[in-house]
Amino acid sequence: MKTLAIYLMCGAATPELAEAAVEGGADIVELGFPFSDPLADGPVIRLAGERALADGMRTDACLECLGATRERVDVPLIPMTYASLLEAYGYERFATAARGAGATSLIVADLPVDAETDLRRIQLVAPTSTDERLKLAAGRTDGWLYLVTVTGTTGARDGLSPALRGLVERARALSDVPLYAGFGISTPEQAAAAAELVDGVVVGSRAVEVAQDGPDSLREYVASLRASIDTTISV
Amino acid sequence: MSAATRTYGEYGGRYVPETLIPALDELEAGWQQALADPAFGRELDDLGRDYAGRPTPLTLAERFAPGKRIYLKREDLLHTGAHKLNNALGQAVLARRLGKNRIVAETGAGQHGVATATVCARFGFECVVYMGAEDMRRQAPNVERMGLLGAEVRPVEYGTKTLKEATSEAIRDWITNVETTHYLIGSCVGPAPYPEIVRELQSVIGREAREQIFTAEGRLPEVAVACVGGGSNAIGLFAAFVEDRDVRLVGVEAAGAASLGTGRAGVLHGSRSSLLADADGQVLDAHSISAGLDYPGVGPEHAFLRDSGRAEYVGASDDEALAAFRRLAETEGIIPALEPAHALARARELDQELILVCLSGRGDKDLAEVLSR
Repeated sequence: MKTLAIYLMCGAATPELAEAAVEGGADIVELGFPFSDPLADGPVIRLAGERALADGMRTDACLECLGATRERVDVPLIPMTYASLLEAYGYERFATAARGAGATSLIVADLPVDAETDLRRIQLVAPTSTDERLKLAAGRTDGWLYLVTVTGTTGARDGLSPALRGLVERARALSDVPLYAGFGISTPEQAAAAAELVDGVVVGSRAVEVAQDGPDSLREYVASLRASIDTTISV
Repeated sequence: MSAATRTYGEYGGRYVPETLIPALDELEAGWQQALADPAFGRELDDLGRDYAGRPTPLTLAERFAPGKRIYLKREDLLHTGAHKLNNALGQAVLARRLGKNRIVAETGAGQHGVATATVCARFGFECVVYMGAEDMRRQAPNVERMGLLGAEVRPVEYGTKTLKEATSEAIRDWITNVETTHYLIGSCVGPAPYPEIVRELQSVIGREAREQIFTAEGRLPEVAVACVGGGSNAIGLFAAFVEDRDVRLVGVEAAGAASLGTGRAGVLHGSRSSLLADADGQVLDAHSISAGLDYPGVGPEHAFLRDSGRAEYVGASDDEALAAFRRLAETEGIIPALEPAHALARARELDQELILVCLSGRGDKDLAEVLSR
């Protein structure tokens, strides 16, 4: 079974949406803590972040959202955010508060592996990463390694990035940690194609878009990803 | 080098998505090789002299400030009308050494965009400049100039529609096209090694000014003053005087964009510095009549110089800058850009007598904005 992770932006409707995603077949829910200047994000998540901030989703409100989501679902919940929020809150204090509210781990999009090394988190690597950095990230990551499939920001693409295969081959040769692929995966077909290569798939921007239509739409969309991934045969 | 290696005390570092780290390593290596190569220095000197118009003069502004000896370092007379060209030329040579033929840049006032478009025309590079839609309105002549120079200006239509968002978009472009593209950052901000590269390329301002004022007066200035947005002309001026403990260093921020005066430590655009942010680390909007100072962040070395006490940072309001802008025009026949008009406003009030001010750019671009007030 391949793992399916769904990203949602923190907001008033998020606990209910997360529950719908899990009902649709999500194994992990990533919760975006919005930042005013999200360099790694394309337009969909950037806009969702702007709306969330306008609705008052600051760090404390996001932690409450995390706690409320924890009460409704049993799957791992992983906050995903930017260093500025942790700088302001305190790195360790943030990690402790997130764990206390039910988080399983943490993703910080603009914190490379050699920064804040005491902060346990899921590390990201990209097609541009050298073998040396892949190895370092795999060694330090918390549970699984996040493979950024594209040289670029978050957001839907036409096809699955051709760079993913090479990245997976290099990562497999260097480490045994589970590999999950994200960025640029939006359709059931892309998710299935990615799942043939890796242990898990992360879907963000498209899930955020569909979530705007409510829990029923999200449940249906996630179920379509789930069904597609479950037909894949591992190679 | 890494984000863990904070270059300036607690400030600097690399807070960027992993995708960019190899490019920053490559840039760092290319920069160190260039610094060690005498041909690089010679090429910069030649370009500075034959293309850009260096050295720029030092002008005594007697009527602007009677009773004082205020010297203006005339970066307004540099080709393209501002100090930004020093950095753009240097980074263009660096980009060519790195084998990159596409350049992306951000611009606020448009001066860095024009400088970048200029060097791209000169070097035959493809050029994309991101500019906030609000800044495109305020600085329309510079948008036209960039177009004439062959650059594509891409408007940024979200957020404050100014330099902060333009910088984010330029970095996103770089993340996407990093294999072919050099990000020609316009100020001493961004992830390491950018703040150091920009400081070194702008330090020609301070080196020349130090020698010129010594020749004119037989001593060093009591104070060196420059405006600070991201802080590149100030760091270039200060670089030559940091070791001269008797020379007071004063940076002047726009009162509504006082990243150093009222900011807190935080992370923006790849480095840790002092910035306008709320208690949650969300970056706040800056407000200034001057598009070049309208930025909530500042170079990490300035935050370090502030904390160490070596430099001090004060503010000037829109109205004070406008008054200084008009006064310099009327008393000296020099129309300054609104950015250094902030430095001029504070310079006149200083207790010291012998004062060096970096006149970082000329004011043609600001005429419409000033005349509408």
